[in-house]
Amino acid sequence: MTENILEVRDLVKHYPVTRGVVFKKTIGHVKAVDGVSFELRQGETLGVVGESGCGKSTLARVLMNLEKPTAGNVLYKGQDISKLSGGGLRRLRRQIQLVMQDPYTSLNPRMTVGDLIGEPFEIHPEVAPKGSRRRKVKELLDLVGLNPEHINRYPHQFSGGQRQRIGIARALALRPEIIVCDEPVSALDVSIQAQVMNLLEQLQSEFGLAYVFIAHDLSVVRHLSDRVAVMYLGKIVEIGTEDEIYERPTHPYTQALLSAVPVPDPTVRQNKAIIRLTGDVPSPADPPSGCRFRTRCWKAQDICAQQVPLLQIRQGSDHPSACHFAEKREIVATHEA
Amino acid sequence: MSDILVSEQSAVGPTGRPSGRLLEVDDLRVEFRTRDGVAKVINGVTYHVDAGETLAVLGESGSGKSVTAQTIMGILDTPPGFVTGGQVRFHGKDMLKMSFEERRRIRGEGIAMIFQDALSALNPVFTVGFQIAEQFRVRRGMSRSDAKKRAIEMLDQVKIPNAKGRFNNYPHQFSGGMRQRAMIAMSLALDPEVLIADEPTTALDVTVQAQIMDLLAELQRERHMGMILITHDLGVVADVADRIAVMYAGRIVEEADVYDLYAKPAHPYTLGLLDSIPRLDEKGQQLRTIKGLPPNLMNIPPGCPFNPRCPMAQPVCREKVPPLLQIGAGRASACHFAEELVNRD
Repeated sequence: MTENILEVRDLVKHYPVTRGVVFKKTIGHVKAVDGVSFELRQGETLGVVGESGCGKSTLARVLMNLEKPTAGNVLYKGQDISKLSGGGLRRLRRQIQLVMQDPYTSLNPRMTVGDLIGEPFEIHPEVAPKGSRRRKVKELLDLVGLNPEHINRYPHQFSGGQRQRIGIARALALRPEIIVCDEPVSALDVSIQAQVMNLLEQLQSEFGLAYVFIAHDLSVVRHLSDRVAVMYLGKIVEIGTEDEIYERPTHPYTQALLSAVPVPDPTVRQNKAIIRLTGDVPSPADPPSGCRFRTRCWKAQDICAQQVPLLQIRQGSDHPSACHFAEKREIVATHEA
Repeated sequence: MSDILVSEQSAVGPTGRPSGRLLEVDDLRVEFRTRDGVAKVINGVTYHVDAGETLAVLGESGSGKSVTAQTIMGILDTPPGFVTGGQVRFHGKDMLKMSFEERRRIRGEGIAMIFQDALSALNPVFTVGFQIAEQFRVRRGMSRSDAKKRAIEMLDQVKIPNAKGRFNNYPHQFSGGMRQRAMIAMSLALDPEVLIADEPTTALDVTVQAQIMDLLAELQRERHMGMILITHDLGVVADVADRIAVMYAGRIVEEADVYDLYAKPAHPYTLGLLDSIPRLDEKGQQLRTIKGLPPNLMNIPPGCPFNPRCPMAQPVCREKVPPLLQIGAGRASACHFAEELVNRD
């Protein structure tokens, strides 16, 4: 658990906003990811939470090298992945794989399950020689809890949860070290969601995988993660161990987010201290100056508009928080409350 | 809360409306006739909602919770959907036997509905204000300017900032949370007695979800409305519901007061659901799961529809369909072993 296998340094991804057809003019930038740094250690799960539009999926795409970063780097074992090409990139791709959110659109409907899970072997023939591929695919199906006999079926013959298992089997085929999961359970029903979460945990302990687990559901993230990063408008506002974030949050946004999660227990209804944020998330094309959260924050002062708060450990807290006025606050409702 | 056995009440609520049994669904059956066969989507659903109370209908996708709501509203797509039995009574009158005109009068004024996806529920080519004002003009015969004034009041009531300026905006100019507010304004415009909210916050972020649920609770209190909240989210339900009806494969498998249901579920499916949600306030190691998949509605297993997935299943469960029986004050369960489940510790 000590070695960093992935390091992200000051990662920035801006998308240009253009106007005009023939004479294209760039009239601004959507600052999807705007200066994000973290490390991922071997075999751990880093949860990334945030509301829609906070840049968590863009982060996944940059980590996968599907998008080139505008600035900053992503280092896999010290190697900058955005500078790789050809064979080097191909070797890297074996190590980092992606599980996508929507199990309905991420599988080609005209390919059989055997072809879908076996396709990574076509691109990386060194992993499995041709003759052994079907056997390997069957092993993978068995591993993710599907019937190996179903190797010739098509995606539409499976339910949502089963399709997500196919996606996981495909990501596992090359035995990667890192799997980036982009909202892997949010499209599933509660009872199926629990099955897939248990599968992800079981695979992690079996193969020593490291996960970057991106989700908007704070309960799901807490259940699976060792460490958690909270994102707001393209920036990490707070990062720490699962315990530090959920039991001792210091950033007002984390506190508000946690207090807004409905607790499935009617007896805590009355004694929940709920922080109600007003308004919506501002547009990432035109984020507020200084602290991006200040427009919805109840603690905002003049300094928040002038100075961007750095993500650092502050007085009276044990983990980095990007707030000028970071402080602890009891918010998570418990049974005893 | 309200016991199913208690007879009709005739007391008058704070708004002067009778606070008795407002809306009753009685042994409703709906099937979808498709090319591939007949799917029995609703197989005898019975529930009711009274003025001022919130009934949560809880279930996973395909459990029939939304189809029940569509049947109540009279917006079921026919074909493929056909009502094959049962009644939907509003103030004691069966709506399924009413003429189109009679039902139309109830829609909006008697029962109104808000939908999950506000962007596709609103008409993109008319302004939000026009869509709200239209109801006042068509249904109340107001003039254009009076209707506009009322529509702005409605937007104000659902706490849309700068309601006057927003009147002429199109739905795409609103954020997700604001669109949901606009839809709430639209559904409440004609002052309905029952509001059906079909997954009103599923598409929204948690901080916005909290705002919308607060707003709904506040408006319900003010207007003493009956509310049917359709959802799959056990967290939201625990926050707002008075009573809960749990649906599985087109049946109600358990009905109970919200506190009873979370403390002592009386159906193995409810118990399984409660066990399989990750909790924010505790980090468990392994989640307990419900094994297997929900049944194919074209081929529902004989006996109890939950039996293939049930950890408690006995031979009787594969033979006899367990009826929804009273097992205590205000609670009912459709399990052969409900008593044992509730009385264990």
